[in-house]
Amino acid sequence: MEEAAQLTLPVGKRDHVQGDSAATLTLVEYGDYQCPHCGAAYPIVKAVQKRFGDKLKFVFRNFPLKNVHPQAELAAEAAEAAAAQGRFWEMHDAIFEHQSRLGEPFLLELAGRLKLDTHRFAADLAAGAFRKRVEEDFMSGVRSGVNGTPGFFIDGARYEESWDFETLSGVLEGVLEGA
Amino acid sequence: MEALKPGTRAPEFTLPSTPDQKVSLSEFLGRRVVLVFYPADWSPVCGDQLALYNELLKEFTDLDASVLAISVDGIWCHLALSADRKYHFTLLSDFEPKGATAKAYGVYREKEGVAERALFVLDTKGVIRWSYVSPVGVNPGADGILKALERIPKGE
Repeated sequence: MEEAAQLTLPVGKRDHVQGDSAATLTLVEYGDYQCPHCGAAYPIVKAVQKRFGDKLKFVFRNFPLKNVHPQAELAAEAAEAAAAQGRFWEMHDAIFEHQSRLGEPFLLELAGRLKLDTHRFAADLAAGAFRKRVEEDFMSGVRSGVNGTPGFFIDGARYEESWDFETLSGVLEGVLEGA
Repeated sequence: MEALKPGTRAPEFTLPSTPDQKVSLSEFLGRRVVLVFYPADWSPVCGDQLALYNELLKEFTDLDASVLAISVDGIWCHLALSADRKYHFTLLSDFEPKGATAKAYGVYREKEGVAERALFVLDTKGVIRWSYVSPVGVNPGADGILKALERIPKGE
């Protein structure tokens, strides 16, 4: 634990990736949709993505702390249910933009707004179709040393500094120059 | 003060878990135990750390381990925290004589009067198999505990 923890599950086909797949830099976030810190990090990640453009790809994995955030698990499963219909990032963004309204009725409303097949979406949520997937994300985070949210990794190494825009971009800049 | 090392028998303790109940370490003989010493209830880092373990109780159970978290906070403080955070594991109060259990494990911070942020993994015979003291402001996560439990041969 003294050395920087490494991502035990490499970024791969199962992941939701935003940005150029050939990008030099990879930023992975383990996040909880009901966590206020993740909500605060959401626009910062967007700004970082804008700044680094095609040099950065961003991956989001689920890390819901279900006892502290009772709506986090269902929100995570909802984003995965949207992913099954090709709209992961739209759902991810919509949830973070309306964190205070989380809950099943609102998730169903979002699914409607995103023009998803709402019957399939609701059935997926009711069946817990993506619970296992969310659990896999969570355990991969635990194994990689994630101790709270948001938990970031840059090119597979755990990022332990502050995730404000200046610090995070500064570190990414450094990695880019060293690459 | 140095934390007890692997190979050491874990010192026995009896501490309150509720206003009228006490828990002794020896009650857990035959099971593995994860002892989580932490500085204080309600501090943000402890909250995150214990919240993480709270999510992993099934994994710990699958590895035959019970979790006991210990700080010098009073029992009413523990009960309020536990209810607020929906913890499903036991918080023990190392309150009187203050910090005696933390001292026995070599993880008491005399100057601040609180426990270190320290982890001990005990086998079924009550022998320490792994210990780790984290910098007090750093949440040590759970990967070290899981690895330590997995390294212990089955049944021990």
